[in-house]
Amino acid sequence: MSEPVLNIKNLTVSFPDHLVLNDLSIAVNKGDFLSVVGQNGVGKTTLVRVVLHQLAPQHGKIEYHPVFKRMKIGYVPQFRNIDEEYPLSIRDFVGLNLHDSHMPWLSKKERQKLDKIIAQTNLETIQNTPLGEASGGEKQKAYLAQALINDPDLLILDESTASLDNVRKFELLDLVKEFNEQQGVTVLFITHDIELAQKYAHDYLLMRHGTYQSGPIAQFKESDLEEAEHA
Amino acid sequence: MLSFAFMRHAYIAGTMIAIISGIIGVYVIGRNMSFLSHMLSEIGFSGASFGIFMSWPPLNGMLLFTIVSSVLIGQMSSKSSRREASISAISSLFLGSGILFLSLANKNASDATSILFGSMIGISQSEVNQILWLSIAVLVIIFFVYRDLRFDSFDHVGAEVKGVNTQLISIVFLVILALSVSVAAQIVGSLLIFVLLTLPASSAKHFTRTVSGMMIFSIGAALLGVWLGLYLGYLTNWPVSFFIAMIECAIYFGALAWNRIKNA
Repeated sequence: MSEPVLNIKNLTVSFPDHLVLNDLSIAVNKGDFLSVVGQNGVGKTTLVRVVLHQLAPQHGKIEYHPVFKRMKIGYVPQFRNIDEEYPLSIRDFVGLNLHDSHMPWLSKKERQKLDKIIAQTNLETIQNTPLGEASGGEKQKAYLAQALINDPDLLILDESTASLDNVRKFELLDLVKEFNEQQGVTVLFITHDIELAQKYAHDYLLMRHGTYQSGPIAQFKESDLEEAEHA
Repeated sequence: MLSFAFMRHAYIAGTMIAIISGIIGVYVIGRNMSFLSHMLSEIGFSGASFGIFMSWPPLNGMLLFTIVSSVLIGQMSSKSSRREASISAISSLFLGSGILFLSLANKNASDATSILFGSMIGISQSEVNQILWLSIAVLVIIFFVYRDLRFDSFDHVGAEVKGVNTQLISIVFLVILALSVSVAAQIVGSLLIFVLLTLPASSAKHFTRTVSGMMIFSIGAALLGVWLGLYLGYLTNWPVSFFIAMIECAIYFGALAWNRIKNA
């Protein structure tokens, strides 16, 4: 078995009025596709914030694989302030995340990276469309492309499919799956949608208030989730 | 026309002002800060009154007030929901004191009108030099923070994930905005700052879809307004600010019309 890229050990996070994460431990291996499921308020987003170094835990730690000096993380957040007046094209939006050079203009290498990710995420035909005018599915693809442009080791999707219809949901996750299988990107997929988790993930982490259950997705029983909902 | 020193000064200062306003304006639009830039121009008026009261050059008073107030606003309003209220509070404080300083300074009304509406034709060589240095400072700062500022202005959430120090970027931006407002006030006056700071960039977003494209368009629109405005002002002896305002409005309404035709 390969070594974990992300090893979460005894993580405890509490806010002044309540405990959010209680002694959570889980190891995520390279190339894994882990679905994190659970009700609202069980700490899914808090877990993401700790992994992203935006929040320090009171106890426990997160160990990254020693190969990654500083683990590159791509993150597709749940909310984004993109309204219909948003002026940039999909291509320019995706390129905002390029930081190989400090010059105001893109280097040749950066332009190649941009071309490549636009092609891989099937955004070629609409790359010059203003992002504000793009459909929900196209927007999510653009967010995904921006998160993937620097070849991250870990990709975190936070409820990215929540606002999409059935066809677009599968389209987006088919793409994620491709990156997962072909490029070995490890995926952390936060979702409410059990059907999607079962179709795409290898493993699951079910979060309840203070207790956690994990294992291969094939062993996931929907009754566990119902139990969690009534807990 | 350019054989007159005052017109040469006006063109040099006006060109620098158009360039930095064109660039900063794109960030002002990206960050939804038109309201703040408008308020900063009013605060600039108070600063200039303070300068006159202290017998300083008005620009120095403007710089002092706009920089201090923009940093205060930045500190107070890290949450955008509170931003407008704190901007109003800070600008009331400064604008109120500006009226006091102007009355205490015992100067005639022409000082106040030249601050409010600009006095392009009366710019001295030393003022031109100061405008040049300040503009260069703004350009150098932008060069160093260009990518982080661009990311934060057009995708705040993405920039935070990337690890950009968005709080620092926000303060740096407010300081260069304050510098730009003070400099631009020299030509169009503090009442009409947004003519150069927001209209060209707002027009640009209807024609181009990239940050760099918007900057080029917006610099071009600002330059056209300033150059043509100065020329028409020279010909007619009417206020330069009037012509610049009319030209920028024409470009803006043209952009809106273009947008409507395109989407029809």
